[in-house]
Amino acid sequence: MTTTAETSPKLDDLCSIPALLARNAKRYGMQTAYREKEFGIWQSWTWTETEAEVRAMALGFLALGMARGDYVAIIGRNRPALYWAMVAAQSVGAIPVPLYQDAVAEEMAYVLDHCGARFVICGDQEQVDKVIEVQETVKCIEQIAYLDKRGMRKYDHSKMNWLEDIMREGRAAETRLGAELDKRKAELTLDHTCVMLYTSGTTGKPKGVVLSNRNIIVTSKNSSEFDHLKPGDEILAYLPMAWVGDFIFAIGQAYWTGFCVNCPESAQTMLTDLREIGPTYYFAPPRIFENMLTTVMIRMEDASPLKRRIFHHSMEHARGVGPKLLDGKPVSVGAKLKYALGNLLVYGPLKDTLGLRRIRVAYTAGEAIGPEIFEFYRSLGINLKQLYGQTEASVFITQQPDGEVRNDTVGVPSPGVEVKIGENGEVFYRSPGTFESYYKNPESTASTKDPEGWVATGDAGFFEESGHLRIIDRAKDVGKMADGSMFAPKYVENKLKFFPNILESVVFGNGRDRCVAFINIDLGAVGSWAERNNIAYSSYQELAGLKRVLDTIQEHVEQVNESVAEDEMLSNCQIHRFLVLHKELDADDGEMTRTRKVRRRIVEEKYADLIDALYGDKDEIYTETEVTYEDGRKGKLKATLEIRDAKVFGRAAGQKVAAE
Amino acid sequence: MNEQGEAMRDTDANEGYVTADGRKIGGVAMEMKNITLRFGGVVAIKDISFDIRWGEVRAIIGPNGAGKSSMLNVISGFYNPQEGEIIYKGYRRPRMRPYQVARTGIARTFQNIALFEGMSVLDNIMTGRLHHMKANMFQQAIWWGKASREEQENREAVEKIIDFLEIQHIRKTPVARLPYGLKKRVELARALAAEPSILLLDEPMAGMNVEEKEDMCRFILDVNDEFNTTTVLIEHDMGVVMDLSDRVVVMDYGKKIGDGTPDEVRNNEEVIKAYLGVAHD
Repeated sequence: MTTTAETSPKLDDLCSIPALLARNAKRYGMQTAYREKEFGIWQSWTWTETEAEVRAMALGFLALGMARGDYVAIIGRNRPALYWAMVAAQSVGAIPVPLYQDAVAEEMAYVLDHCGARFVICGDQEQVDKVIEVQETVKCIEQIAYLDKRGMRKYDHSKMNWLEDIMREGRAAETRLGAELDKRKAELTLDHTCVMLYTSGTTGKPKGVVLSNRNIIVTSKNSSEFDHLKPGDEILAYLPMAWVGDFIFAIGQAYWTGFCVNCPESAQTMLTDLREIGPTYYFAPPRIFENMLTTVMIRMEDASPLKRRIFHHSMEHARGVGPKLLDGKPVSVGAKLKYALGNLLVYGPLKDTLGLRRIRVAYTAGEAIGPEIFEFYRSLGINLKQLYGQTEASVFITQQPDGEVRNDTVGVPSPGVEVKIGENGEVFYRSPGTFESYYKNPESTASTKDPEGWVATGDAGFFEESGHLRIIDRAKDVGKMADGSMFAPKYVENKLKFFPNILESVVFGNGRDRCVAFINIDLGAVGSWAERNNIAYSSYQELAGLKRVLDTIQEHVEQVNESVAEDEMLSNCQIHRFLVLHKELDADDGEMTRTRKVRRRIVEEKYADLIDALYGDKDEIYTETEVTYEDGRKGKLKATLEIRDAKVFGRAAGQKVAAE
Repeated sequence: MNEQGEAMRDTDANEGYVTADGRKIGGVAMEMKNITLRFGGVVAIKDISFDIRWGEVRAIIGPNGAGKSSMLNVISGFYNPQEGEIIYKGYRRPRMRPYQVARTGIARTFQNIALFEGMSVLDNIMTGRLHHMKANMFQQAIWWGKASREEQENREAVEKIIDFLEIQHIRKTPVARLPYGLKKRVELARALAAEPSILLLDEPMAGMNVEEKEDMCRFILDVNDEFNTTTVLIEHDMGVVMDLSDRVVVMDYGKKIGDGTPDEVRNNEEVIKAYLGVAHD
């Protein structure tokens, strides 16, 4: 394992992002550093041009009076000029603070006030309007700059500038301020703050995570080497600039290795732009991979029967062979030939359409990805891997090495990162990327990072024998069953939700001897199944109560049990009994959050009678539930629900037999 | 927008007024003098006079059947009035065919979307550049010199409009596949592509939901602000009209019953009567 002490001597000359930029301009001068699609054409900038642009901007900032240690907020969609603004701010010794562009004014107000931003760089009029609104309460903002001139003519420009004008003034001030800029750049060390990123914070106010040059540069170096990133690689920068991942991929790794960052034309053109660029290195949350797959499947349904047959036949073959080929495992010559044919007819054109043809490394993270989705991309020959990380770690905690990719793990500790599992199953890490502190919040810093540098992730997980980490659940949701074994509801629920027929599930079992579950069917998927099979139904409740639906759900539950049983530690989390709820869990009824996360405690209270029945021995239960209609009226839903026993496997099955 | 228009604006520089939000409104661009339009025995427009100034947003409002669309059709040259004259850029406009009027720098959108449904958004907007293409059929066919150069220039102009109206994501989509609100925006884009001196919008917001209306309002104002395009619009939604326009003409039963700033019009007795519905003799 590489440690900071070992790596830092090599970083002597490269201790800041501006220093990396200077090196790139020298070494890769004529290679493309940035591309952005504008007016329908990809405009590009080489590293030399980028250095000149950043310098002009930095001089302009100096002319406006930007001081060392100032905080500079950056709000807007991914555009080269906004990335340059971050590097330009660093060049003059200031600290960039990228914000989420879709945040409403009040949310921005807190962050802008907390960091005391003197300068705000906005993408367009929309962002400027929000900042002006914020200025009513937040008094620290002195200068606003904007990138897109449109609609800005009428604004009061006494403390506002077009970014282009700032750069023009900066160029003019080269003689006057050039030496000062060079001096400020030379002052930067590995210990200077590189960037401050606010975590979205599910609980309480967002926290400003201070990341030093050491954090960013060492992490970028290690992770770039891990995946053999090289100049000439291409990425598409489309995820929010305020997110740590975007900073690492589009600035850290891009400047370390000198690869090209491509900015899409607009948020809606992302998929088209993806196809035009054909990135070699790509990150997307599971949701995007899922959407792409759905689009492909829907369009295949519309294809001619012959094409459809070729597609399904080839995909069937790819599922068996593709992942093995990716992992370099032995495959028979016949299968290889057939895969090559499939590649010619199906996989190649498909990857081309999706814009994933040139991918060498793709990552997904953030939440669990469905095994079918993951396998689909792997079988096409796309090297899709998983990583586990967080802002406080400068992204990387664990990641999957090539050839050791699995759907249910998040990989081995990234280079330079140490990971340990706490007594309660919580994952701790220590790495050169570990954040310096939370800005103006020593209490939170102390409670998250112990004096030895170990950071608590808040996630529960364990290492498999292969050395791969598996994340089970949020640590606070993990409980214990009556016999002391681990209870991880989310883990089982996710497995259930991977079935298209199951929309939502809630597993109970904390402190009990066995687990039971509520299931919500997916009205879309089950409804269309019913339609195809000429099964009439008039309501969700009726559909959810159909025998054939229950049979299907029971199959799914048993499949999940079988896979849960394979896990030594979690085999007690198998579902013994379940029922399909007569209504969808709904945010209007307080059963879910607005972001569609189940409120476990409220569901537990509200349906206490059903839970009792699940732990009882009756086959059905009558229940009445209060519901809130969309117009705010309340009503009662009455239903008799069937309770089903599900087959359990492995050790749990033995116990059950013994108990009976 | 074109040179002739600019020249006229200069000559009238000392006329006009400055709006509350700081836009300079120039001299008279077009003046309607005693326009009367008849269809057989039906009088659609009765002796109407008003003017349109450079750089302003001029609205024509009125209840159904008031003659608003007829008025717009007179401006665009689709109808020729039996009486009265149109003074445009300082000269009396002779009887013209609509395509001739279009060449003088007047572009319009339609109440019922009139796009080429099978063509892509980009191609549709390119058709708006027709008057800016001078290459002949032979040059077009061999795609040499002038033709390809013109195509590039026009494409550039069109891309600026695409960017301005935020329709990059549908650039290559056939118009038939677009929802209503976007089609309206494409129509506006096509009209803008002609770089008109005067832009005529026939109910740009009809049939839109609130969000689409807000977007459209923003685009109309931005177009006026950015390109300084003189805009004449017909609209039913009174709220929209009052917010958007600098001056409003109110019509009822083919007659002009009011003319002035939104506030003046709002307090005009005649207008109130017309909108509240008073029995006509």
